[in-house]
Amino acid sequence: MITISAISEIFPVLMQGIKITVTVLLASIVCGYLFAFIAGFCRLSNNVILRKFTGLYVEVFRGTSLIVQLFWLYYALPILFGIDLGSDFWAGVLAISLNYGAYMSEIVRGSILSVSKGQTEAATALNMSSFQRMRLVIFPQAVRMMLPEFGNYLIQMLKATSLVSLIGMTDILYYGDILRSSNLSQAPTVYLLVLVFYFILALPLIFLTRKMESISKKGVASE
Amino acid sequence: MSEPIVTFQDVHKSFGDVKVLKGIDLEVKPAEKIAIIGPSGSGKTTIIRMLMTLEEPTAGDIIVDGNNLWKMEKNGKTVDANDKHLRAIRGDIGMVFQHFNLFPHMTILENCMTAIIHVKGENKEKAKKHSIEMLEKVGLGDKLDNYPSQLSGGQKQRVAMARALVMRPKVMLFDEVTSALDPELVGEVLEVIRGIAKDGEMAMILVTHEMDFALDVADKVLFLDEGVIAEQGSASQVIEHSKNERLQSFLKRFRS
Repeated sequence: MITISAISEIFPVLMQGIKITVTVLLASIVCGYLFAFIAGFCRLSNNVILRKFTGLYVEVFRGTSLIVQLFWLYYALPILFGIDLGSDFWAGVLAISLNYGAYMSEIVRGSILSVSKGQTEAATALNMSSFQRMRLVIFPQAVRMMLPEFGNYLIQMLKATSLVSLIGMTDILYYGDILRSSNLSQAPTVYLLVLVFYFILALPLIFLTRKMESISKKGVASE
Repeated sequence: MSEPIVTFQDVHKSFGDVKVLKGIDLEVKPAEKIAIIGPSGSGKTTIIRMLMTLEEPTAGDIIVDGNNLWKMEKNGKTVDANDKHLRAIRGDIGMVFQHFNLFPHMTILENCMTAIIHVKGENKEKAKKHSIEMLEKVGLGDKLDNYPSQLSGGQKQRVAMARALVMRPKVMLFDEVTSALDPELVGEVLEVIRGIAKDGEMAMILVTHEMDFALDVADKVLFLDEGVIAEQGSASQVIEHSKNERLQSFLKRFRS
């Protein structure tokens, strides 16, 4: 049964996991966006090798499961190639950010391509260099298109952080699992509280996504 | 007579298998106003797009102020122009588009001043002053902080003209600038162009369907038909006294 006393017992234990969940999330967000922009721009490059190589990265990471990627980085890489990422933290962050970076790079690429050709032409007519055209005209418009989608992926990344409990990181879900294994009858209360924790963490992200959507609507109303 | 500012020498252009231009020869003198008329699909717009470096000619040369636009010397050989070469020359040319192509994320003022700051390297104060002067000239001094989406079509096109003018090009290209406008807004845009034309110094090439306007503003009118210049001369010669049958039937559709 779900009782108040059980809740007050479980709550502080789960609290211990918040720090890991939040730090993994923040690091994954930063690295994920970084990979997204790098890969997005590489796929638009004139260099064929660069384009193909990034294309391969995107398809491999989109086409395989995040949890298997996580196990690869954590268990397989050190054995196969002697590459040790140094900590479970970086294995987790890299897996999440490489995976979501691959998805989000498609948003970066698509948004840049969807800025109308007339914009490039007008910038050319004003004698801007190709770098200036991107920086002053195309990119600022493309970013506004990226924002709402980026917001959605923020929330998805939060949920993905729960997978790091599987490589032994002590996040919210990890503590939940420990509580459940020590007392199976508490399982409903434990997992209910875990859900509540994730939802509360997601609230600011949901708010941020709304904010991003309204920013993206401003100033770019179609001509 | 002064040297031409723009010369086309036997310029051809194909899109895939479709030959759009089949040998264009053209001279534009400084301050000369030229109108290009002709049926749609005759390649009018392609001519000025090649001059603006938006399309590359298939064959032939375009000379701007003594420089070959699309070719350059490299190690004693003539090769296709690179971006740096194009940039060095196209600063002399400005263009106004049929669909305005204003930058929607910038205010009207920013639309005008961005390029003078970043391309011409003017300082911000000066750039702002020149942009405001130019926007006042086209009658939009009260809209500086508005975004393009808040303006009417005619106002947008006037901003586009101010944005191009403030770069002080030697040749200004107008690509059917009234075609996308509601009929009642055409007048205000033509009025601005007329004003620019009177100012003098700048050469202008107008691709247009406004016959009366062409007659009024242009020193020379070209009738383009099936990829060649079928008729050219002073506005009154071409529009009022030509014997070319295809030109006559083309004009008839505008005069009824």
